[in-house]
Amino acid sequence: MSIDTRPTSSTTVARQRYAGLWTVLRLGLRQERLPLIIWTFAVAATVLSTVSAIKGLYPTAADRAQLVDSITANPAFLALTGPLTTPSLGGVTAWRVEVLGGLAVALMSVFTVVRRTRADEESGRAELLASGVLGRRSTLTAALLLAWTCAVVIGGIGALGAIGSGLPTAGALALGACLAGPGLVFGAVAAVGAQIFENARTATASALVALATAFAVRAAADLWSGAGWLRWLSPLGWVAEVGAFGAQRWAVLLLFVASALVLSAIAIALSGRRDLGHGLFAAGLGPAGNTSLRSGWSLALRLHRTSWIGWATGFLVLGLLTGSLATGAAALIGDNERIRQLVEDLGGTGAVSDELLSALAGIAGLVAGGYVVSATLRLRVEEEAGRAETVLCTGLSRTRWWSGHLLCSLGGSAGLLVICGLATSAVRWNVGPAGAGLAAMAVQIPAVLVIGGVTSAVIAVAPKFSSASWGLLGLAALLGPLGELLGLPATIRDLSPYTLVPALPAAPMTWAPVVALIVGAAAFTAVGFRAFTRRDLG
Amino acid sequence: MSGEAIEIRGLTKSFGATIALDQLDLSVRSGEVHGFLGPNGSGKSTTIRVLLGLLRADAGEIRLLGGDPWRDAVDLHRRLAYVPGDVNLWPTLTGGEVIDLMGRLRGGLDTKRRDDLIARFELDPRKKSRTYSKGNRQKVAIIAALASSVELLVLDEPTSGLDPLMESVFSDCIRHEREQGRTVLLSSHILSEVEQLCDRVSIIKAGALVESGTMAELRHLTRTRVEAEIDSPPTALGQALGVHNLTVTGHHVRFDVDDAELGAVLGVLTAGGLRSLTAQPPTLEQLFLRYYGRAPEPGPKVTR
Repeated sequence: MSIDTRPTSSTTVARQRYAGLWTVLRLGLRQERLPLIIWTFAVAATVLSTVSAIKGLYPTAADRAQLVDSITANPAFLALTGPLTTPSLGGVTAWRVEVLGGLAVALMSVFTVVRRTRADEESGRAELLASGVLGRRSTLTAALLLAWTCAVVIGGIGALGAIGSGLPTAGALALGACLAGPGLVFGAVAAVGAQIFENARTATASALVALATAFAVRAAADLWSGAGWLRWLSPLGWVAEVGAFGAQRWAVLLLFVASALVLSAIAIALSGRRDLGHGLFAAGLGPAGNTSLRSGWSLALRLHRTSWIGWATGFLVLGLLTGSLATGAAALIGDNERIRQLVEDLGGTGAVSDELLSALAGIAGLVAGGYVVSATLRLRVEEEAGRAETVLCTGLSRTRWWSGHLLCSLGGSAGLLVICGLATSAVRWNVGPAGAGLAAMAVQIPAVLVIGGVTSAVIAVAPKFSSASWGLLGLAALLGPLGELLGLPATIRDLSPYTLVPALPAAPMTWAPVVALIVGAAAFTAVGFRAFTRRDLG
Repeated sequence: MSGEAIEIRGLTKSFGATIALDQLDLSVRSGEVHGFLGPNGSGKSTTIRVLLGLLRADAGEIRLLGGDPWRDAVDLHRRLAYVPGDVNLWPTLTGGEVIDLMGRLRGGLDTKRRDDLIARFELDPRKKSRTYSKGNRQKVAIIAALASSVELLVLDEPTSGLDPLMESVFSDCIRHEREQGRTVLLSSHILSEVEQLCDRVSIIKAGALVESGTMAELRHLTRTRVEAEIDSPPTALGQALGVHNLTVTGHHVRFDVDDAELGAVLGVLTAGGLRSLTAQPPTLEQLFLRYYGRAPEPGPKVTR
């Protein structure tokens, strides 16, 4: 794509700042074409299939009233998708798709914005563009517009689908807006992160931490009675405050727009205060030599260290949070006699606590899957950047280089879950057996190893499609922990490694699936090893 | 040292429908500095990457330091050092850390030589790789390669980002390596550098070898440019064997002549009453342009 080279000397300052915006936007659209189509299709398909599934699952008002009770009694549901306040067909639909759909759109937004801004700066492509007739603010603005447009399109498809399946128009529009809203806000959050951090991975991670915090704050607001005000602090909580098919507080939607605009203004202001290719803080000097860096293994450890420590901190917090949520489960039930009866039927407060722990452990397993994919993909990152070539022309063999990185990604993900489990057990020491928290987390490890093994096999066999590993993780999530919420049939759900994990401590331990997962992980890893030692590099 | 450090016969490598290397031959003797030339996209880097066992050959025989570059990759890599054309370093490691790492991965580093090279190339080893310019990244790779005691240096356009001062430091280092008896395969576009440093040169085009030999042998294949003033421009000159691109303006003639026919053509000029004569031997650049051109004249192959 060529850059517009017409002189802009006579134009105003504002037009100078945004010169070439349209060109960069078109370039972005061209570059992001495939991922955006996949995101849009995946999110829209999930939303539409849920809308039709709800109609079939809960056709009568009585069905839905029962659902409200069972949700209120089940903290696991409350933590994941929040309370169900409007038991109409639209209300149930909105409850099922809003929070998780909004989360997915937010992820799309974060990845798109960072790829279009910091990742391009890191690779030097942005420099080439910036030397053309391009306003200082154009690249950032184009990235935001691209992500926002895609979020609005996904929301629009969701709204149209809801209208098409017979839900009230106003509610459907509010539902669509709630899907798009988090995408607007977290796209802008990523834009701020991309200004502060010099490295695209760190910028993405910073936005994901913000997203995880927003999710945790919302979950806490829905779980702890009297903490409902917390919901206003989280964009994912605003979704519930809109009340798409209930209260319909349209003004809440302005919060999404206003915060997205404020954050974008901050990002643009920050971008004016820094140099291209640099972060807000200048890099310092390091050691002039290093004798401990002597093998493929120590290099891999060094490269994975920083990001692993960040993830480990997150998992420590997740573990503490899981422990305290699961411990406080009894207090969540409140005074509703009918709900209390339901809880007794489920096996008492201890059982409710166990259910919640299993559900949260499933989420932790998914997040650890995110780590294992990102860490394993470093193999491909190193290869694409030509750094693998540099070390593989030394005495370092392909096998050793590959296994160094795999040890960091597979071992690292296991370590994360162990840390999370220890933190959970430490907080939940007075409920059930002492090791229950650790066991619930540790039993996720084989499933995460399968995800890591599959990722390594994809990198080895079809290197050009390495990023498809994220799609496979998304599919595993959709079929696994989220599959139950979406009402998918068990045979399809069993395709996800996460479905096979015994839901400790709510369900008893079964070794067969765990062994099967370990064997599967080993098989995929072996396929990866074999293919990588036989293919061309680069 | 004797024998061939690198011996390639009929190497073919294709990527999908693109044929990158087509029956390529290449031979580099132990202890020589061998220039490896060719236009962009002619397959130099692909050849090097096959030699390093990064790519797998589709067909052909390849011997590197007496071994098979794919099968014996790791053992061979301990005996060579490679400087890639596009040096990419780990952004969070400092230059000094990268040099140490590379040295250790190659099985040893002469720390005195390392410090000496860092000083000569004026590199600040404490800076993070992220902050280095292209030239400085290249220095890191060059220092790491030169500081390790290996038999063979494989250098893919190593000086493309260096300033002239650093280029001359580099040339000194390569001469020093040759005195130590090391073999160097040097791919480069800087012809003066190749002319100065290389014992022998191979030129490839479109994935095949077009010429290989010493500088003297290659010069012999090309034409000398002759300008002369003569009393009466002889009509015979136009018909003389080996004369090309003849232009006659009054008493002034200008033409290119095949070196093999130079003596006979001088006889024709003398017969016409020669007043003045300048003759320019071909530079590597002319040689280069001849082969780099769209339709190269097929010259006779030099067989060492």
